[in-house]
Amino acid sequence: MTTLMETEDEVMLRDAARGFVAESAPVAKLRENRKAGRAFDPGLWREMAQMGWSGVLVPEVCGGAEMGHRAACILAEEMGRTLAASPFLSTAVVAASTLRAVATDRAGTALGQIAAGDVIYALALDEGRKYAPESTAMQAERAGNGFRLTGVKPLVADGSAADRVLVLARTAGAPGDAVGLTLFDIDAARAGLTRDRLDTIDSRDHARLIFDAVEATGDDVLGEVDNGLAVLRAGVQAGQAAMAAELLGVAGGAYGMTVGYLKERRQFDRTIGSFQALQHRAAHLWAEIEVTASAIANAGRVLDKTPQDAQLAVSLAKARAAQTVDLAVREGVQMHGGIGMTDDYDIGFYMKRARVGAEWLGDYGYHAALVAAARGF
Amino acid sequence: MADTDATLDAFRAEISQWIETACPASLRGRAMGEDMIVWGGRQWQFAEPAQKEWLDAAIERGMTAPRWPTEYGGAGLSRAQEKIYREEMARLQAPPPLESFGLWMLGPALLAFGDDAQKARHLPPITRGEIRWCQGYSEPGAGSDLANVQTRAEDMGDHYLVNGQKIWTSYADKADWIFALVRTDREAPKHKGISFLLMDMESAGITTRPIRLISGKSPFCETFFDNVKVPKENLVGERNRGWDIAKYLLTHEREMIGGGARGLLGGRSLGQFLGGLDGAMDDPVTRAEAMACEVNSLAFAMTMERYKDQAEAGQGVGNASAMLKYYGTELNKRRYELLMNAAGSEALEWDGPHGGLAPEWLRTKANSIEGGTSEVMLDILAKRVLELPNS
Ligand SMILES: Cc1cc2nc3c(=O)[nH]c(=O)nc-3n(C[C@H](O)[C@H](O)[C@H](O)COP(=O)(O)OP(=O)(O)OC[C@H]3O[C@@H](n4cnc5c(N)ncnc54)[C@H](O)[C@@H]3O)c2cc1C
Repeated sequence: MTTLMETEDEVMLRDAARGFVAESAPVAKLRENRKAGRAFDPGLWREMAQMGWSGVLVPEVCGGAEMGHRAACILAEEMGRTLAASPFLSTAVVAASTLRAVATDRAGTALGQIAAGDVIYALALDEGRKYAPESTAMQAERAGNGFRLTGVKPLVADGSAADRVLVLARTAGAPGDAVGLTLFDIDAARAGLTRDRLDTIDSRDHARLIFDAVEATGDDVLGEVDNGLAVLRAGVQAGQAAMAAELLGVAGGAYGMTVGYLKERRQFDRTIGSFQALQHRAAHLWAEIEVTASAIANAGRVLDKTPQDAQLAVSLAKARAAQTVDLAVREGVQMHGGIGMTDDYDIGFYMKRARVGAEWLGDYGYHAALVAAARGF
Repeated sequence: MADTDATLDAFRAEISQWIETACPASLRGRAMGEDMIVWGGRQWQFAEPAQKEWLDAAIERGMTAPRWPTEYGGAGLSRAQEKIYREEMARLQAPPPLESFGLWMLGPALLAFGDDAQKARHLPPITRGEIRWCQGYSEPGAGSDLANVQTRAEDMGDHYLVNGQKIWTSYADKADWIFALVRTDREAPKHKGISFLLMDMESAGITTRPIRLISGKSPFCETFFDNVKVPKENLVGERNRGWDIAKYLLTHEREMIGGGARGLLGGRSLGQFLGGLDGAMDDPVTRAEAMACEVNSLAFAMTMERYKDQAEAGQGVGNASAMLKYYGTELNKRRYELLMNAAGSEALEWDGPHGGLAPEWLRTKANSIEGGTSEVMLDILAKRVLELPNS
């Protein structure tokens, strides 16, 4: 019987992860990173790799911990709780799942490097305001035995720290066609590729990637030419589920801070948490988080058991998470009053990360539409 | 002279002619961010010479304070004329020549509660943008429970001696004067021991420390008072009756915040903004939300006007004005959520393809906190308008 209840191993993993991020990556660390002008701490990422986090989805034969998607989601959720910054989603989740699905020798080597924490990946898909990979216009022109990539990816997560980039480009058809796209795995230092680090509201690593006739060989192609979206499916779905889990953690973190404040702040000679108007809203938020937690657990389970049929589960998770975290951060700021608006206080960081995460790999509207379609609407 | 259709038509023609001549074309129809607001004050620097030209012209005609009496630098317009003026300003896409806490808050309070000397001294410099005011209400222990202010003013015979601390004082570091709530009687019940005091920010003993907002800017401050000597003539109204003035001023502040004084993204409407984002309205969630925002905004704008007309006709709306603050700010936050959602990944940088959209969105989160939170507004409505019992 599958259950959404956590197994003993999962409870242990969660406790360990929660303890680790509380100790090594509290929100104060994000503040520190921001001050230092860096998006994450490479030392922290190395420690995560040593604990097997970077190899959470890498097969044991490649040197990974092979813990599965539910485990990856638990890690992402706990990182979300303290806004721990790392290239986990791009590298350990999206790139690892994509490479695993490709299953070539070269992919196997890359997976080993991911598990060892030796390589950081970024995923360069979107070119417009919204997640819409089929709209990709970037050209991969055939040149001799290889390709030449030209175009712009305006906002790539982990784009400036990445050693390698998974990039989707058009080898046939026109923007809007789901076929005719090819996925490349290229070295970020390759000639013709420029990267501009962007100053995003969540203080995390984002960069604009400009490809100017960047050379790619046939070996750089992941999976089939012209069939890049299918090649990416496993990686994207894993990423969507893990981001949903991170957002659940962000919601939980914001909720925790807020309820803590309700118990502490006094006005009118009582704690503000004694006002029923606030009690009911906090209780409602808690209910939303509980319901979302089920959708997140389910997505992990389905990805582990029947990954070929996971779209409904994954989209349900991302849609719920985007809505829930939005409520959590809005209520969080509001229930803090003036102090919630200050940069010195942490709740604003949650609001900013929530906004960025809600967009990545599809927002609420995108995923709600997929849920509706999967349910026959 | 009573307004008639004929006099109002003539006024409309004249005032629109005046705006067209007085407000430089370079200021009109432009996206005006927060950086383009003209606040005035001793430290003021105009971003552009055209702003000074426009302000000077407006001062000359009393149009920085259209409804104030001419003797204090206003234009003495009637309610109907002022409405026409605002309509013409909107039609010609002219920015307000001057905005300030003096115009929005202190001025109306002084007109109602100040003595002749206070009005003559403080109102004209407000209309001319010479003195910039800040609001010293909130304290660390007195936010929603505003009547709990502890900053105290002791009567020293020929002056008051002020000690204490304010917090969240918007623009205190840029202001010339502060209007503050101070405790003048520590024995009396909370509401009955408060006075309304004006202080020159250059007085010895006043210091400010800016606090950064989540939007990255630092418009508000902690303000400290350490043995500040304040002349007795700076107390407005009766001593220990400051709470009435405080509340009166708050209704003006709340209407201003609720009205969201500035349009979206410096004057662009929701439709204009969304129309500029190719395909944004194809997403059914965005479309439904945009339609809801538009429906609500239009009906809300009508409600603002209806309430103002009622107030003018002497049928005070009283505590119902808390509804304007609540509704307007919640609506404004929702509109910015919609814009952020529609702009998607283009709005995730501090300064991206849509300029300062992200910081503006973050700033709107304060709308339902500053000037009294949404919860406090609903509380006022429940208790004072719906007359529901206390718990
Ligand atoms: C951007 C900004 C600018 C500001 N500018 C100024 C300024 O220029 N001058 C000035 O004096 N002040 C200013 N303020 C302060 C503002 O007026 C206060 O923040 C506000 O009144 C709330 O007080 P607080 O911050 O202490 O929150 P608290 O009163 O501690 O409130 C915390 C939460 O508890 C809720 N709550 C409190 N009491 C109740 C209740 N009885 N029932 C239900 N819920 C309740 C609140 O609604 C809020 O959600 C500014 C604030 C901001 C954010």
